[in-house]
Order: sequence, then structure tokens, then C-alpha cells
Amino acid sequence: MNLAYRDIRHGLGRFLLTCVGLGLLLGVVLAMIGIYRGLVVEALTIARAPGIDLWVVEANTRGPFAEASRIPADTREAIARIAGVAAAGSITYQTVEAEYQERKLRLYVIGYEPTRPGGPPEIEEGHAIARSHFEMVADRSSGLVPKDRVRLGRDTFTVVGSTRQQVSSGGDPAVYITLQDAQKLQFDLAPPATRVQLARGTGSTGRDTVNAVVARLHPNASPDAVAETVRRWKHLAAVTQEAQELILTRSLVDRARRQIGLFTSLLLTVSAVIIALIIYTMTMEKLKQIATLKLIGAPDRTIIGMIVQQALALGSIGFAIGATLIASIKDYFPRRVVLEPDNVLALGAIVIVVCLLASALGVRAALRIDPATALGG
Amino acid sequence: MSDKKANQPPLVRLRDLSKHFGEAETRVDALRNVSLDVRAGEVIALLGPSGSGKTTLLNIIGCILDPSSGSMELDGEVVLTDGRWVRPNLRRLRLDKIGFIFQFHNLMPFLDATDNVALVLQLAGTDPREARRRALELLDYLEVGNRRSSMPAQLSGGEAQRVAIARALANQPRIILADEPTAALDSKRAGIVMDLLRKVAVERDAAIIAVTHDEKIFDRFDRIFNLRDGRLESMSSNGMKSIMVGPGDVGERI
Ligand SMILES: Nc1ncnc2c1ncn2[C@@H]1O[C@H](COP(=O)(O)OP(=O)(O)OP(=O)(O)O)[C@@H](O)[C@H]1O
Ligand SMILES: [Mg+2]
Repeated sequence: MNLAYRDIRHGLGRFLLTCVGLGLLLGVVLAMIGIYRGLVVEALTIARAPGIDLWVVEANTRGPFAEASRIPADTREAIARIAGVAAAGSITYQTVEAEYQERKLRLYVIGYEPTRPGGPPEIEEGHAIARSHFEMVADRSSGLVPKDRVRLGRDTFTVVGSTRQQVSSGGDPAVYITLQDAQKLQFDLAPPATRVQLARGTGSTGRDTVNAVVARLHPNASPDAVAETVRRWKHLAAVTQEAQELILTRSLVDRARRQIGLFTSLLLTVSAVIIALIIYTMTMEKLKQIATLKLIGAPDRTIIGMIVQQALALGSIGFAIGATLIASIKDYFPRRVVLEPDNVLALGAIVIVVCLLASALGVRAALRIDPATALGG
Repeated sequence: MSDKKANQPPLVRLRDLSKHFGEAETRVDALRNVSLDVRAGEVIALLGPSGSGKTTLLNIIGCILDPSSGSMELDGEVVLTDGRWVRPNLRRLRLDKIGFIFQFHNLMPFLDATDNVALVLQLAGTDPREARRRALELLDYLEVGNRRSSMPAQLSGGEAQRVAIARALANQPRIILADEPTAALDSKRAGIVMDLLRKVAVERDAAIIAVTHDEKIFDRFDRIFNLRDGRLESMSSNGMKSIMVGPGDVGERI
């Protein structure tokens, strides 16, 4: 007969309660890991969306996300002519507060050239921008759906399509409009003094600027070689997709990432200690029974089996509860919670290891206990 | 004691067994040169005031306490010489040869009466169905068959104690050690339990050594020994109740 199972069944209510408690704790740990992963994934979302190989930005900047970058719009034609470049598109990024149904809506507005790289990835609902003015593809997280009308700057846009999970590194929902509309929006929203300068054409930057040019390369072209070519223009810098992703995770969300990372490690440590304590006390409560088992002649493996099996049962049921809980509520978080199977399995492995270590402590105490203690009252 | 029994080697043979706890000022001599032979079928009582070494002696016979010196044979096998264990795997020896009955029943709270008994059978290698069958048989034998599916918490003190005795008897040990087996029972139940133990000793050819303070059951023992400051004195060989009630004999106990 399996003593671990029989003991659990005898005190089922209490055991399940402990499992639920542990499950909640592990659920929180999983949520934190998911929030951490979500932060990194969201930081990369916008940079990955156009599916390109090279970013051309202003010289001496690491734009367009980590640092401000402004380059002339005609750069795109020059880039498109470089050997190895399959397609290039101009792109602008700006954060705008729009008015929608009498509340402020913070949007990350992306301006792109509809026939060139830089547009939204999959359109989930509706269609891509078809006209050159006042159409918008909005991410679902903004709450906007096709046929909605939103005022941006001085113009009213009509939502024609929806994307999913397209947000800026700050978590603001992305919307796509045409490059011309975006440039006009930038002008409309600029401070009045700058606007006057821009209108006269005397400002440091002309009105026909963009934040970056993105380029898609031929399959056998080397991004580094093309980047080298771009850098010969002294006013331009080139960042490969790989380098861009590194900039985003290393510098843009670095503090937030480290903050959450540290907190997650703390939480993990606390959980490990709590699991260990639960299992250890669970064994300590049974010492008299264990002494009796030894007295009547049960071998060590019976006693070890009982402790270890209970620890593993507690750990795995608790973990299953936590994982199920988070999997079922993760979509209700305001920002993305990404549960990657790798991370979930890693946490599962950690829980099992902690359970084994804690039961080793219990086993040590159990093997030390003098069978004669069973005789006491 | 019959002649037939006298010719068999003793089941328990103790020679000059001593045990002290601590050293120098804190030294307590719990047992001093205890020698004793117990034969199959004998039921032996150990008396003595509190702290006189009764539990210590039972623990050493049960191989759960190391003595300071002396030697011991159990069922013809030398297990201890000059204060050192010479037989390996004492736990297995306990499982096969020794049954323990405690003052408190010490049943596993999470197993029902039958499984508490079946457990020790299974530990000794009996297959689960056979273990249950024999457990039920034993419970019937101890007249608690009707409580076979009860959990220990649902049993009365006397019922629990009888289940515990069934467990102690399960592997047919030849040596049964009982530390105040009837202390938790009323005198009627105590008498029933002692009668059962006598029956076991006779029918199963076992030796029973029981610590007791209970005068009402003295007549159930073949021999009665008194421990005083760690020394073993023979009191009587049955029917010596008159000696026992004499002044100063057992009056010291608390
Ligand atoms: N582990 C120990 N460490 C130190 N001294 C001990 C230990 N166990 C027992 N003793 C001492 O040995 C002596 C004998 O103890 P024992 O438990 O054998 O007495 P007892 O006859 O069973 O008493 P009681 O009737 O109260 O159960 C006592 O003086 C006790 O204090
Ligand atoms: Mg005692």
C-alpha cells in the first residue's frame, strides 16, 4: 500500500488547501515571469513588425526607438538603389494623444508608405490602408475597431483594419497611417514656433523628413555589407535588425527589465523557501509516525518514499494549479503576459528540485529520529 | 512451567546487561547487570517504581537502544556481545521476530484497522491480498473484526489497543514486548487484553514481556520481576499476589 497516498487521502482537505496556497504563489511567480517576457516581447514587437533587415537612421544615433532620428525623406530612393536591397520604405513614429469617445487615448502612430516595407504585419479584421489619406489600421488593444472614427491632430481618421498585439515598448497601442498623413500630423502637433520655421523652410529640419528608412534585403545579401555602404553617407547610420533588437532590449527597456527580473528572482527565492518550509513541517508533524514505522521494522526506503512522494505530489499539484490559473487569466492583464513553454517548464523543474531538496531535509530528520521516541506518550 | 518448555532454549536470554545514561555527576545507572531467561509460552511482568529502568530494559530487548555492556540472544541467535550489536539489520529482526505493543496504540492514523495490520505484513514481503486476508483473520481473533474498516480515531481505547496487538502479532513474532499495554484501559478491558496475550503466548509459542503497574492483572503472569534502581529481582512464580500487596513493595509508584 502506498503510505504517501493514504496519508494524503486521510487529510485531503488540508492537503488540497496547501496545494491551492502553493498554486497561488507559483501562479504569481509565473505571472511575473510572463510579465518579464511580455516586456521584452513588446519592446521588440514594433521593430519586428515590418519584417525587414536594415534600419537607416540619422548619423550618430541609435534610432529610431532608443534615440531621436531625423533624415530626409529622399533617403529612401538612395537606399533602394544600393546593391543587395530588395525594397526600402520611409517610416515615422510618434506618440499622440487622441480623443476617442470622450476619453484620451494614447496611441503610437506609425506612418509608412503603403506600397513599401514598414506597414502592419497581419491584418486580423478589415483591410490594409487603400487610400492615401485619413485611413488607419489600429491595434485591437486600443479598443478601436473598423469603422470607428478618431481625431488625430486636425484630421479625422477612419479605422479600416485591426492588428493584434502591436504595441510600443511603453505599451501604447500602435496605429498605422500613411506617411503623408503622419508627416502632416507631426507638423500639426509641433509647437507653434517650430511650425512657423518649418513653414518658412528655415528650420533646422525640413518638413519632408522621416524617422528612419527600413530596407528589406535580397536573401543572399549581407546586412553588414549593406550597412557599411550606407555609412559612407556621412549623415546616415545603419543598424541591422539584429543590432536594433539588441538596442531595444539592452537599453530601451533595460531598467524595467532588470527591475522586474530582480523582483522575479526574489519572488522565486521566497517561494522556494516557503515550499521548503511547508514540506519540512509536513515531515516534522509525522515524526512520531515515522518513529513507529521504524520501530515496527519498516525499512528506510518506505519512509523516504513516503516523504518524497508527498513532497512531489504537493509541488506538482501546486504547480499545475498555478500554471492553469495564470494561463486562464493572462489575457486580462493590461499588458502582455507571455508564457513560453520553456519558462513554464523551467519553473516546473525548479519546483521539483526545491521539493526534492526540502524532502531531503525532512528525510534527514526522519532517518535520525530514534525509534524509541514512538514509545513516549 | 512444564518440563517440555524448560528444555527448549530461551527465546530471550540476557546476561549482565547494563545501561547508564550520561557521565560523572549526571550519570544515571538505568540497568545494572540484568540477567534473565524467558522461554516460549511464558508471560512475564516487569514491575518497579517510575524511573527504575523498565522501559530501558524493553527498549534494549527490542533492539532500539544501545546497552552499555552485556550480551543478549533472541530466539537462539546472538544479537549482542559485550555491549555491541553483532547482528546486522536489526530493523529486519524487529519486523520478523519482535512485536511491540505500546501504552498508546500508535496506529497509523491514516490507515484503517485492517490496513494497519496488513502494513506490517506487507513490509515483511507478504503480497497485499494475502496481507489483508491475514489481517482480517487476526482482527477476528482479537475480537475486533467488526471494526475492520474503522480509522484509529473512530476506535475506542480498548478496540485500538486490540488492533495494535493484532499488528504486533501479524508477522508471528516469537517475542512480544509490551510497555504498559493496559494502562489506557479500564480494568475489565485490561483483563480481556491480558487474557488475549496469554492465549497468544500459549497458542503461538511466544514469549511476552510486559511492563505493568496494574495489580488487578498480576494473576495473568507466569513470573513477576521487580526492577529497583536498575537491579532485577524475581518476585514470584505466579500466585504471589499476597507478596505484592505487602507494604512497601509497589507502593512507590506514581
Ligand atoms: N535518554 C535518556 N537519557 C538520560 N536518562 C535517561 C534516558 N532514558 C531514561 N533515562 C533515565 O533512566 C532511568 C530509567 O528510565 P526508564 O524510562 O527505563 O524508567 P521506567 O521504569 O520506564 O519509568 P516509568 O515507570 O516512569 O516509565 C530514569 O532515571 C531515567 O531518567
Ligand atoms: Mg517507562
